[in-house]
Amino acid sequence: MTAAAPHRTPPGRQRTGISDARIWTRLQPVVAAALVVALIGVPLWLVLVTAAKSQGEAITPDLSWPDDWQLWDNLRQVWTDADVPAAFLGSLLVVVPTVVGVLLCGSMASWVLARRATRLTAALYAIAISGIILPPAVVTVVLLLRQLGLAGTVVGMIGVYLGIYLSTVIFFVTGFVRTIPTSLEEAAQTDGAGPLTVFRRVVLPLLRPVLATATILICLYVWNDVFYAFFVVGSRLDTLPLNLFRVASAGLYLNNWHLIFAYVILMSLPLIAVLAVAQRKIISGITSGAVK
Amino acid sequence: MWFLVPAFAILLVFFVLPTLFNFVYAFTDWSGFKSEINPVGFDNFADLASNGTLFSALRITVVYAALVAVFQNLFGFALAVLLERDTRLNRVARVFFLIPVLMSALAVGYLFQALLKPDGGVNQLISAVARQPFDYAWLADTTWSIVVVALIHSWKWMGLSMLIYLAGLKTIPEDVMEAARIDGASRWRTFWAVRSPLLAPAVTFNVATALLGSMNGFDIVQATTGGGPARTTEILNIFIYRTFGQGLFAQATTMSLVLFLLVALMAFPVIHLLRKREEIL
Repeated sequence: MTAAAPHRTPPGRQRTGISDARIWTRLQPVVAAALVVALIGVPLWLVLVTAAKSQGEAITPDLSWPDDWQLWDNLRQVWTDADVPAAFLGSLLVVVPTVVGVLLCGSMASWVLARRATRLTAALYAIAISGIILPPAVVTVVLLLRQLGLAGTVVGMIGVYLGIYLSTVIFFVTGFVRTIPTSLEEAAQTDGAGPLTVFRRVVLPLLRPVLATATILICLYVWNDVFYAFFVVGSRLDTLPLNLFRVASAGLYLNNWHLIFAYVILMSLPLIAVLAVAQRKIISGITSGAVK
Repeated sequence: MWFLVPAFAILLVFFVLPTLFNFVYAFTDWSGFKSEINPVGFDNFADLASNGTLFSALRITVVYAALVAVFQNLFGFALAVLLERDTRLNRVARVFFLIPVLMSALAVGYLFQALLKPDGGVNQLISAVARQPFDYAWLADTTWSIVVVALIHSWKWMGLSMLIYLAGLKTIPEDVMEAARIDGASRWRTFWAVRSPLLAPAVTFNVATALLGSMNGFDIVQATTGGGPARTTEILNIFIYRTFGQGLFAQATTMSLVLFLLVALMAFPVIHLLRKREEIL
């Protein structure tokens, strides 16, 4: 947003928001900082101090400073006991093919849907994007996977995610393709390029901004999903959220808040790191797709 | 034209077919306890309706979705207005409000379960401020826990709403603001009469995504209350998960169909209504 949207305010002149009454300009930083501390700081603080406590101290998780700082030990215990590396690998195994597949199939279909204005493509588009709104049939999809012999497999899980998120991609990309002039594609076509070459060489590079938005959203959804994973892979494949659920509900870990929060830290770190490095891109990516 | 094939093949197999199956298996006695599946007509619906589960789960889901839509948009909008100017502090603050959006909903749920325990962090802070012991069980109240869980859901997603509203605020042309200023409109009046109507597309997007996200919600409720106390926070997806785990596949399918119909019935009018408002303006 800050990076992408052109700034219309000429230098030296304030925008007329309610945000520039004089008292407000003074007060605003204080209010903003206080809200960050209260709404984000307190919960994150709880995660950090609890993850650093001993088991006895963490039984009633509170905001107090740990008597004995053992964050590193807890992280290591979770890492080995809960087998985080396997779960991490499981998550990657699902997320990467899903994102690649959904972007590729989605943008191929979107190109056709955006460029051909027939009654058939209009109907297909309507069917395709209805998935944004309509909830997937989680129970019967399991039955279907069983009949296909894909129950509990990575392929089945990827297929289910593809079915769920293709509609989002088709919606975003079709809207985007419609804003690109056709002249480039036509030029390539008259030069004798086949549709595959036109798509790969001309269309796909133009789609980069919208594909970035879609990548961010879908990574976020799939990386954190636990609901669909419960139904499809259950306990046969470990992903990070599934593993966290098991850690948190297993009798062994019951009320072991220090381990639960150590897990939360381990699990969130990759995403927080990505946010810290690429926050501008992420922010502009999320917003540019949403508000046209 | 064959470019359409992979996407629609996947949609057909993994989205359309299961949905059609929903309409079939909701009328059978499919379960984990026996191998054959027989049609039973509307028995599943009748059972769920007669023991009250159907309507209570429906009511809870709708209440939850409405609460989330309201809270998430209020918070997101307030944050967007608060952090609108591009100062350094505001930029940092925006990134902080994005952290919950990136976190796993399950992790958010556990975080608040710990924070809202009777002897947890929130009550600790309230006791310290009020100078008297405070031990309200936020997540064990049969009336108010649904509101608390909806607040947690809104907390997780308010950063996303904030971003969308911020983007919306920035798209408002400066000359419109200029015109309002020349006409002598006060700040508040400019804000409410000029700026907020122009945010209609952002409102549409945010309300629609909040409603749909919460009707499909699961993780946060599962991790905070698990549907309790006394099943007062048992939204449809929790019910589906629970009955599926018990091997009552037909019941789970029936509820899944109910959720499908509910979302279809609710989403289309809501989006239509919001779109229409955009056109008028």
